[in-house]
Amino acid sequence: MSTRAPVQPSADAMAPETAGAKRGSGFIRFWKAYGLSVLFALLLLGIWEFCIWFFHVPKYLLPSPSGIVLAMKQDWSRYLLPNLWPSLIEVLVGFAIAVVAGVGLAVVLHLYGPLRRALYPLLIGSQTIPIVVLAPILVILLGYNLLPKVVIVALICFFPIVVNGLDGLRMVDDEFIHMMRTLDATRWAIFRKVEFPGALPSIFSGMRVAATFAAIGAVFGEWSGASEGLGYLIQASTPNLQTARIFGCILLLTLIAMALFGLVSLLERLVCPWVSRGGSM
Amino acid sequence: MGAATAPDPENQDVGIAFGDVRKAFGEVVALDGITFEVARHSRIGIVGPSGGGKSTLLQLTAGLLGPTSGVVSVEGETTEKGRLARCAMMPQRDLLLPWRSALDNAVIALENHGMSRRDARTKTKPFFERFGLAQFEDVRPAQLSGGMRQRVSFLRTLMAEKDVLLLDEPFGALDSITRGQMQEWLLGALGDVPRTVLLVTHDVEEALLLSRTVVVMSARPGRVVTVLDSTLPTEGLSRREIITSPEFVALKEAALEAIE
Repeated sequence: MSTRAPVQPSADAMAPETAGAKRGSGFIRFWKAYGLSVLFALLLLGIWEFCIWFFHVPKYLLPSPSGIVLAMKQDWSRYLLPNLWPSLIEVLVGFAIAVVAGVGLAVVLHLYGPLRRALYPLLIGSQTIPIVVLAPILVILLGYNLLPKVVIVALICFFPIVVNGLDGLRMVDDEFIHMMRTLDATRWAIFRKVEFPGALPSIFSGMRVAATFAAIGAVFGEWSGASEGLGYLIQASTPNLQTARIFGCILLLTLIAMALFGLVSLLERLVCPWVSRGGSM
Repeated sequence: MGAATAPDPENQDVGIAFGDVRKAFGEVVALDGITFEVARHSRIGIVGPSGGGKSTLLQLTAGLLGPTSGVVSVEGETTEKGRLARCAMMPQRDLLLPWRSALDNAVIALENHGMSRRDARTKTKPFFERFGLAQFEDVRPAQLSGGMRQRVSFLRTLMAEKDVLLLDEPFGALDSITRGQMQEWLLGALGDVPRTVLLVTHDVEEALLLSRTVVVMSARPGRVVTVLDSTLPTEGLSRREIITSPEFVALKEAALEAIE
């Protein structure tokens, strides 16, 4: 046993060392993780650009990538930026509500078995109602303002968080619970010390799925009645054949979703530092 | 309490006693006709083939399960709740919580008893030194070796301050060299504290080395084949000296024969 003692300092020093190495080679790590997908995206854009030029495709049918960038620059302060904020707020507020409500419901359903058996099938059933159909009803119900959009985003994000959270809570090994019981843990202590931390990675993967849905929810909401937002701008640009502007909106919506996804991943790293990851995204 | 079939429930000197215990899960009989008794603060080993209901026997003792028939008594406690209050279990896999540091894993039982995390850490820290874990207090389990993880797991069980320790294949996941070192270490660690220990293992040598009484069980349904009492002197002897002595080898042979 004593032979192990000298190993200790190096094991202890390991953490800061690797952290430093990670910081130093940030670009290389990024390149290793995403280099191929960046190259592939550039290749696709190149082919797109070439085809537009080669076949003389009119701008209103399909603009070239460079045409989109140019249009975005022109549209930025007058059209894109003023409509970006409402959509961003809808996405962030709706997502935050979904996280709180989703995790909360997963916990309640996990702790009260009868409630889970009563509600879970209904919850699944509710997912078969298309959100597109629900959106106009919510606008009629809640008014021509921010609220119905936030609710739609929250509804669309809520489901993957509840389902993943509940799965995570139920997947905790029985042996952990037996062990805790022989160590005199109450039901609440088992939940707080074993089940909830154990379910965190699942909750975060539910949040990541939800993050990719959030922007779609905002667009549906705005299509059902709005005077601002990127979804509204897409709708308003369609009759005028402002195709480049539509693509600009789509790009911004994609960036919102990716930023939210990245934010959730970052949060997971901070909250669950014990989880080892092979690679992100 | 007080039922005629109960094996001396009033007797405080009895550690663990099984009286004609049967446990069935639906159609499957895991244990049948199990009867044995060990004195308080002595050590008993249970050996038998895999799937012989050894883990079921542990869970019955711990009060995590109730018998289908018969009586399980732990220091006179025959109810599940009463047994659960007397027993602490060290699981087969170390089952350390990956989000807690080694020390924070070891203090869980004290926390469950209502002690603050800080007081529990202060109380547990000296054991890290004694268990060869000094300076590893704030390291996460993933960074510890298999042997160290088992020592933290054992310490966590010990800190529950229960009179009865239930060890479920404590070193089953370790390589044979580490296993030998850990057996020797456990022998020393158990010598320091007066506890009733029930050790379940599939390793005859381990059972004979760590306990005075060894119950040999058959495959499903698990029954008691024979009970061996070791009278070997272990005081002051190394593991190697014990396991190579002719008496030990003879006992081991008897146990292996009983299993076959």
